[in-house]
Amino acid sequence: MSRPSDHPRVEHRRPIAASIALHALLLSLAAVVMIPLAWMVTTAFKPLGIQFDTMFLPEGEGLLGIGWSRLTLENFRNLFEQARLGIALLNSVFLSSVGAVLATLCCAAGGYALARFDFRGKRLITVAVLGALVIPPPLLLAPTYELLYHLNLLDTYAGLLLPALAPAFGLFLFRQATIQAVPSELLEAARIDGCGELRAFATIALPLLRPMVGAFVLITFLAWWNNFIGPQVVLQTPEKYPLAVAIAQLKGSYYEDYGLQMAATLVSIAPVMILFLLLQRDFIAGLTAGAVKG
Amino acid sequence: MTPRVSRTTPYLLLAPFLCVFAVFLAYPLARSVLLATERSFGPSASASVGLENFRLLLEDPVFWTAARNTLVFTAGSVLVQLPLALLLALALNRPGLRGRAVYRLVFFSPQLVGLVFSGIIASMMFEEKTGLINRALHRLIGFDPDFPWLQLHVMPMLILTALWMYTGFNMIYFLAALQNVERSLTEAATIDGANALQRFRHITLPAIRPVASFVVLLSVIGSIQLFELPFVIFAFTDYGGAGPENRALTLVWYLYQQGFEVGDLGYASAIGWMIAAVLFVLAFTQLAIVHRRPSR
Repeated sequence: MSRPSDHPRVEHRRPIAASIALHALLLSLAAVVMIPLAWMVTTAFKPLGIQFDTMFLPEGEGLLGIGWSRLTLENFRNLFEQARLGIALLNSVFLSSVGAVLATLCCAAGGYALARFDFRGKRLITVAVLGALVIPPPLLLAPTYELLYHLNLLDTYAGLLLPALAPAFGLFLFRQATIQAVPSELLEAARIDGCGELRAFATIALPLLRPMVGAFVLITFLAWWNNFIGPQVVLQTPEKYPLAVAIAQLKGSYYEDYGLQMAATLVSIAPVMILFLLLQRDFIAGLTAGAVKG
Repeated sequence: MTPRVSRTTPYLLLAPFLCVFAVFLAYPLARSVLLATERSFGPSASASVGLENFRLLLEDPVFWTAARNTLVFTAGSVLVQLPLALLLALALNRPGLRGRAVYRLVFFSPQLVGLVFSGIIASMMFEEKTGLINRALHRLIGFDPDFPWLQLHVMPMLILTALWMYTGFNMIYFLAALQNVERSLTEAATIDGANALQRFRHITLPAIRPVASFVVLLSVIGSIQLFELPFVIFAFTDYGGAGPENRALTLVWYLYQQGFEVGDLGYASAIGWMIAAVLFVLAFTQLAIVHRRPSR
């Protein structure tokens, strides 16, 4: 638990040269990681004719020897006018928000019940859901498709959303979070004051669980945003496709057009990137919550 | 003293989760056992064939191609990615390192780019002549500008793409694990004259073992289920299908082909159970290893 400053003797033996070498290495690795994204962004703003003239920005007379004036929004215009990506963007926003919020509510309510109540069947439920953690999702593709066919839910958002509303790991994340963040004494006090059970969950437990709620909404939103196999199997009408599926289709019809495809990719990634930058802390806490306690 | 807690409350709170769980997890799981013994023609017509599907699978050369590709990808991505992720975490964990938060953000960011979108970027990056990789490597080290990543070297291409996507993600786990290493212990060892390698071997490694083995398992499980990345790169091109000579075909892609292109949900379920069997064996092996030698 000691902080580095408590031990100047050891810390100061680190030579400056090693520190510079480390930064040089880390910086070049960071550059390599960023290159594909930089390429995507620059390609998205280049018109069809000059896509392969330079690797990144076009050469020209402008500032830093770059032809800024040759950059264009044409790809984005084509994307929304010809390729009609606007609908897919709205579909993705809708599916991801609804999917994330509903899954979070199901898991929070269930996890809270497992953590703070004793009831018949609790062990059975815990073991069954725990067992579900080891099932690989592809195994359920065929039987779920068959089930949705018989329920008449193929090509509907209900058929796409419903099967994903009970992620097993979510239940355990919220059970753990409740044990740590929602004291039994507080719930007892609320009951003595005559607070109803569902009200206690909504007005006492949920606010205390806020960090986990935030993290879980974020990771499920991201999972929905990037989900491909689900909508690819369940949906058939192109107007219902979310971005991931719409863009894969786009690749088929605009195979040669790098600019259009990169513009589409940028439009798909940007919302998630911005969300992440704003809520970085919650995000990483959510992603590692399953692995490391505390 | 305490007012009676209503008996129905926990059931009410668990009801939404359990209903979905029963209908869309427990039932399909049970059904998949039966389905694996049937041959079906789309979702509405099927006939029982006993264990015939599994016998056919073992003799199906395409299945073995998919299995081999998946194995190559899994071994390649785990062996390259995880040591690199651990090294990055160790570098970022150095006391007093400036800009740690920025590095962490940069290395992690590809994880946010979904598999489909990474696939789109990769399919252009690795194109011969026009792709950035061959052009840049040609200019830097005279690399063959016509190097056929997408025709011949599909698995290395996918391993490199996964390396870009997941190294930073795994690094985050290792970084979190490194917080469990007692700094006073490392410092005492340094004073006693232990070198960096000895400190890593005897102090750091035992402390991060539980998380490390979890990360290995998670990577292997994820890699074995690889589908979206190759599918997006190859299914929508002139090659059609899974690239030349099925070089991009993975187990889950073969499941998808059989179930949703051929329409044989039974055969697809049999493939699903083969994948599940491999994962169960791996998970139990990992559990056994972790419990045999408790970390301390």
